[in-house]
This record gives sequence, C-alpha cells and structure tokens, in this order.
Amino acid sequence: MKILLMGNPNVGKSVVFNRLTGANVIVSNYAGTTVEFTKGSMKLGAERAELIDVPGTYTLEPTCKAEEIAVEMLGEHTDGDVVINVVESTNLERSLNLTLQLLKRKIPTVVALNFWDETKHKGISIDNKKLEEILGVPCVPICAVTGEGVNHLVEKIKEAKPSGYEYEDNQRWQKIGSIVDKVQSVTHRHHTWLERLGDASVRPLTGIPIAVVVFFLAFKVIRFIGEWLIGNVGEPVFENLWAPLMMKLSGLLGSEGFIHNILIGHLIEGEIDFMQSFGLLTTGLFVPIGAVLPYVFAFYVVLSFLEDLGFIPRLAVMVDTIMHRLGLHGFAIVPMLLGLGCNVPGALSTRILETRRERFIAATIMAIAVPCAALQAMVVGLVGEHGVGYIAIIYGTLFAVWVLLGVIFNKTVKGESPEIFLEIPPYRIPYMRSLAKKIWIRIKWFLKEAIPFVLLGVLIVNLLYTFGIIQFVGKITAPVVTRVLGLPQDAVGALIVGFLRKDVAVGMLIPLGLTIKQLVIASVVLAMYFPCVATFTTLVKELGVVDMLKSATIMIVSSLIVGGLLNLILP
Amino acid sequence: MTETKANRVSLAQMQTGQRGKIVEINGGAGLARKLDALGIRTGKEITKISAQWMRGPVLLQQDNTQAALGFGMASKVLVELSVRNEK
Repeated sequence: MKILLMGNPNVGKSVVFNRLTGANVIVSNYAGTTVEFTKGSMKLGAERAELIDVPGTYTLEPTCKAEEIAVEMLGEHTDGDVVINVVESTNLERSLNLTLQLLKRKIPTVVALNFWDETKHKGISIDNKKLEEILGVPCVPICAVTGEGVNHLVEKIKEAKPSGYEYEDNQRWQKIGSIVDKVQSVTHRHHTWLERLGDASVRPLTGIPIAVVVFFLAFKVIRFIGEWLIGNVGEPVFENLWAPLMMKLSGLLGSEGFIHNILIGHLIEGEIDFMQSFGLLTTGLFVPIGAVLPYVFAFYVVLSFLEDLGFIPRLAVMVDTIMHRLGLHGFAIVPMLLGLGCNVPGALSTRILETRRERFIAATIMAIAVPCAALQAMVVGLVGEHGVGYIAIIYGTLFAVWVLLGVIFNKTVKGESPEIFLEIPPYRIPYMRSLAKKIWIRIKWFLKEAIPFVLLGVLIVNLLYTFGIIQFVGKITAPVVTRVLGLPQDAVGALIVGFLRKDVAVGMLIPLGLTIKQLVIASVVLAMYFPCVATFTTLVKELGVVDMLKSATIMIVSSLIVGGLLNLILP
Repeated sequence: MTETKANRVSLAQMQTGQRGKIVEINGGAGLARKLDALGIRTGKEITKISAQWMRGPVLLQQDNTQAALGFGMASKVLVELSVRNEK
C-alpha cells in the first residue's frame, strides 16, 4: 500500500512525513524545500505502508517542474493507495482548490488540516465536521510540528475513501467559495507583532536596516558559537585527551617510518601539531572535527533558524533587483546561502529556479565565488592571525567576482530569466525540537560527507610527498603557479588536494611558510579554481556534462585571472 | 463609469497600503494561472504590502496569502481601488 502526501508548497508535508516515518527530511519555512520526492515506510496496524512525500503543488494543472513530478506521481497510483492531502488551515480557500482537484480523481483521501493552532491566533474558526460531511472524506485537524492530532490522522487513514463530491471544473471556485462560507468564520482581530515585523521586513525603508541587522547578528552569533566551541570543547579535547594518546601510539610505532607517518604524521619538534603533522589520526580528525565542525554547526544553527522563521523569502524579495543584474531573480539567494555552508546542497537547490539559464548562472557563480564553511573556517583561522583586513580582501575579492561574473553571464548566456513569483509565508517562531532535529540532520550529513574525504585527502597528501609527485607536478606547473600566481612550487599540492577537500588543502599551506600576500592569493584561488569532488559530481548531475564543462572552464580561467591580478596589485 | 475608470490602476502603480479589487489580469494564461493557484484572481480584494525601489518586486496580500511578483507582472494586474482609500 502506498500513501501519497500531497498539498500546496510549504504546508508542512515534510513535517508530517518525518512524524509518520520517524525519518529525517529537511523542512524549512519556504516553498520548494522538497524538490524531489522522498520515500519512507510507516506502520499501519499490522502492515507496513510506503509513504511518499510528494513535492508541493498548488494545482494538478502543473505550472513548473516540481508540480509536473507531483502530478506524474499521482497518476502512477494503484488500487488501495491513499492520498493524505495536507491543507493549510489558515488558507482554507486556496488549499481547497487542490483538494477538490484531488477528490475528482476518486482516490481514497484523508484531509489533514495542518496549522490548526495558528487559526486561533488569526481569528479563524473552521468546522471540520461540517467540512467532512460536505467533502465526504475524513478531515483531521493537526499541528504537525508539535505532533498534535497526528495519531488521530493515522487512525483515519483506514477510513479514507473516494469522495462522492461532484462539480464541474469551471464551477470549482464558486463551489470552493460556498464551502468556505459554510465551514469557516473569521472574526476581526488585530495584527500580531510577527505580522507587523513580517511586513516591515519587506518594505525598503525598514527592510534594508532589518536585513543589515540580521546579517550582522548572524555573523556575530556564528563567530561566537564557533570560537566558543573551539576554545572550550575542540582544543581541550584534542590537546589534553587525544594528543597524549597519540603520543603513546607514536612511541609504540617508533616515532617515525611509513606507517607512523600515515597514522600520526610528522612530529614537529617532537610534538604532534594537529594542523601540520598530517597523519590520519591527527590532522585527519582534527580538521573536520576540531577546526571545521564548530563553525559548520554555528552556521547551520543560524541558517536553520532563519529558514524556519521565514526570513529567507523576504530576503529574496529585498535582493531581487540586485539579483536581476546577475541574470537571476531574488529567490536565487537560496543556493548562495546554502552554498556558504556546503556547495553540494547549494548546487542541489538551484532546482528551485525555473530556467536552464538561471540554473547555469546560479550554480556557476555559487561554485566559483561562494566559499563553503569548511574552507572559510580554515582560511579565517590561518589568515585571521594577520589581521581582519586580509580576510576582508579575500571576501571582498570573492564578492566582486560573484557580481562581475553574474553581470557578464547576464549579458552573454542565452535563454530566459523570468521575474520573481514567490509566496511569502508568515513569520513563524521556530519550533525548537524540529529546529534541533534539522541542525542534527545537517551535522550528520556533514560528518558523513567530510570525514571520509578528509581522511582520503590526508592519505593522498602523504602518498604524494612520499613518491615525490608534488615536487614533480610542481616543476611542470611552475610557470603558472609561480609566475602568474606568485606562489611557491609546493603550493601545487594544495591545488591537487583541493579537489578532494578544500579544508585539507588550506591546511597544506601552513608548513609552506607563505607570506600574507601569498596566503590571500592561495585562499582566493582555492575557493575559485575548481569545486571539490562532491560538489563537482552534484553539478554534473544538475547541469549535465556539457554545461558543467563550460562551467569548469570558466572556473579555471577566472581563478587564474583573479589570482594573477591579486599578485600584481597586492603589495 | 468614468469614476471607476479613474480608480483603476495597475498593482505596480498602487500605493503601499492601498486596498483594491482585482478587475483584470493581462499577463496571459501563465500569470493568471500562477496567481489563480494562490487563490488570487479577478474579483478578489487585495492589499499592496510593499514595493521595492527601482521597479523591484511588489508584495500583495489576499486573505492570509502573501505573494511577491516582479514589477512586470504587477503592471499586468489591474485593480479597482476601494473607496475606503480615499480619505
């Protein structure tokens, strides 16, 4: 038996999905978080049912890719399947448009009236019994984030049945109007402070200061959490607990030799240096967990909070005019924000954009000029010692590249960039448990993606040095690396490893004793020249081989130009 | 008749905070369908929540739905201003 979860975008289908299956699907307060369907299974009495989280759709007459998928999936149903139609109670009229279209398909259906708790604040009262009578299918009030009513919904799945409700298609809105009149009454009420804040966030005079304050606070909070975790958790654990253990192991292995160098790395003045030793168990674990994780965690706390609050679509409206200069519209800010955490989800989220042109532009400027959290954490750690000014040069350069490439693409890339059309959800106070869950999903995903590649990266660094490959490639590429970029030959090792993990690559720069100018150039080039392997494979899937080849060429060329210019300009 | 005509402006021309009733959507089937999916269609009362500088997107509210649409689209939605706006 299959159960399809269907409803408008951003009505909480994925929250219901997580509730029913115990699975972990990312949910956010904006439309289009689920761009492809997710399957899970749930217990229904004695049997197991397959639950499918269908991408949100406003109608069964599709207007975009995600909606097409939804309609296709509905078409594939077989006898015995059930639809759970998740409805936004605070937007009953609009939601019923899809509901009536679904009922016409004569598939057994249950209607879940989500956000039931919110109706009270909004002065809306809905008679769900009466709605049930009219539609001829069970209508269950729920509040998915807190779980209220979800058990009741599960019980009602058995009672799902095809509706006997009949209507003519051209009469649909009139019918909906008369249903709403019968079951819903709205009392006048004052705007809540969240609504006032929501409206203030999209008016230029108040919205721009609000956005500036949000970014400033976000930056402060990320730095505070990140530094606190490194200072109070990461470093104590590695220096006081892990280092002595590793020193014992180092002694057992005889303090040198091939195996020792692979596992522990090189001792620096007889001690382990977690950034420079470059062993699997030292640098290989310290980079992802000790140096990068605190900032990744801090970043995802802030991003997830802003997502669940509903700030992102409002930000999309505020930056729309600027993004149009780059051949994109405001909602393309989503891949950029996600890319600041990790370029892989950034690349995946380009699917929310309508045209191939937009997806190409967004993915390419994101991959080139948006540094991931892992790279940023290492760069800030390394360059920060020399002063904030140098970090500003790195970010400033990347931002300028982002704008400039976008402007060039806007003039040269063929195709269409449509205007923004976006539903703006109300501000909602994030529900702490689902927020915590989402952060946890993202951290788990980061660890699973990062640790194997970091370890592989560290291993390869050792092999490259042992077999003299870095020295060899260094000689071949010397004209470019040394002459154009002004970096020492050995820096080519970082560029090789950067294809696996950029954080490890930055770590490789430390023992080279670079000048601050070289550090700045190396950081910018590492961010731009090529995506890491995880992002690369995602981009190939999303853009196709041909567009990815174009994109990759642009990356390499632009990184050489920018690196070369920095080499000329910087004192 | 002339009076109602004078009251008729596009969503793009409306002032922030003004209310009105949608009388026509000129954007072809695509725009009408997108708006229709959100429950926004001819005959509905809407409020303009905000507009961005330099012909940026316009935000409108209908019931509990808010939608942002580009300036071009907003120019194609014709609205008859409510009398209540005239102070």
